[in-house]
Amino acid sequence: MIKHHLTPELVIGYSAGTLPEAFNLAVATHISMCDTCRAELDSYDAVGGCLVEGADTAELSDDSLIATMRLIQADTGSAKTVQQRSACTLPFPLQGYVGGDLAAIKWRSIGMGAKQAILPTSKDASARLLYIPAGCAIPDHGHNGMELTLVLQGAFSDDVDRFARGDIEVANEDLDHTPVADIGEDCICLAVTDAPLKFNAFLPRLAQRFLQI
Amino acid sequence: MFAIRDDQDQAAFAELFAHFAPRVKGFLIKCGADASLAEECTQEAMAAVWRKAHMFDPTRANAATWIFTIARNRKIDALRKQRRPEPEDLPWGPEPEPDQTDVIGLKQETDQLAEAIKALPEKQRSLIEQAYFGDLSHSEIAEISGLPLGTIKSRIRSGLERLRHAMK
Repeated sequence: MIKHHLTPELVIGYSAGTLPEAFNLAVATHISMCDTCRAELDSYDAVGGCLVEGADTAELSDDSLIATMRLIQADTGSAKTVQQRSACTLPFPLQGYVGGDLAAIKWRSIGMGAKQAILPTSKDASARLLYIPAGCAIPDHGHNGMELTLVLQGAFSDDVDRFARGDIEVANEDLDHTPVADIGEDCICLAVTDAPLKFNAFLPRLAQRFLQI
Repeated sequence: MFAIRDDQDQAAFAELFAHFAPRVKGFLIKCGADASLAEECTQEAMAAVWRKAHMFDPTRANAATWIFTIARNRKIDALRKQRRPEPEDLPWGPEPEPDQTDVIGLKQETDQLAEAIKALPEKQRSLIEQAYFGDLSHSEIAEISGLPLGTIKSRIRSGLERLRHAMK
């Protein structure tokens, strides 16, 4: 049962198409697991529909319909196959960035058994998968901007609450936290930031340069 | 929309095009596209409407909503040169036809939503428009209020629940 959801701002931004790619990835991945937020998105898409319906019309070029029919006829073979809902750990949108399920992730060690994999997105924000061994902590850190942490496997707890698969934590400048993975299972998260994290101890700050976080 | 989805009816498509293409183009210009890019995106979006017609689910979106999502994705491609990660699709339930009460209910609620947006005070309405045209920062979006989404949201939510149940 998912307890921690997207904020309305994130759903509106996703619906409007104005978020950085890394944030879109976190939103699409959460919605793949969460029907509450899917219904929320569908509702904001309906707002977008109302705006298109009520938009000032712009004059089309003379051959607009003919050109469109030509586009349709030029591209008959590529009707998109419907994705099958999978029994995978990684929801479909994330698999597109990883190149498969968990086994395809190219982990790099960041010490103490923790690992990360940076995902290729546009530069205005960054997305990475984090692997935290059961019972271990990510160093205490604050945030310069906004950080989304979406749990894909296992669970973690921090100063705010406990977060399990499908839960998303939305953190900003005000939150300093030390997420600790549950003891029962290694924790895998998708972490997205629009600014570098601020670590509160000297050593991690040095390491930050190598980890690119 | 159904004539296009079920019968690949070109005359019906021409009618849909005449209604929506000028609106989509107008919308894209508001989003910051110049006239020629907006024309190109509109044609590509409307071609995608034809190609993807089999995926149109009238219990979750009316035609305007669905066309909006397609045009938005074209806009992200063209204006921002980014990939757009999309949520996993939900497959159709076992019934070949969507429930007509749901289709009509959603249509009515979308119409009511459009009326409600028109009736909002000018300042609130313009905030919503700016959010969709891409002119608002994240913190400005947080100030959006007064959108009556409760009924449409709970209808879509219960439709999703039935679909999940049928998939088990």
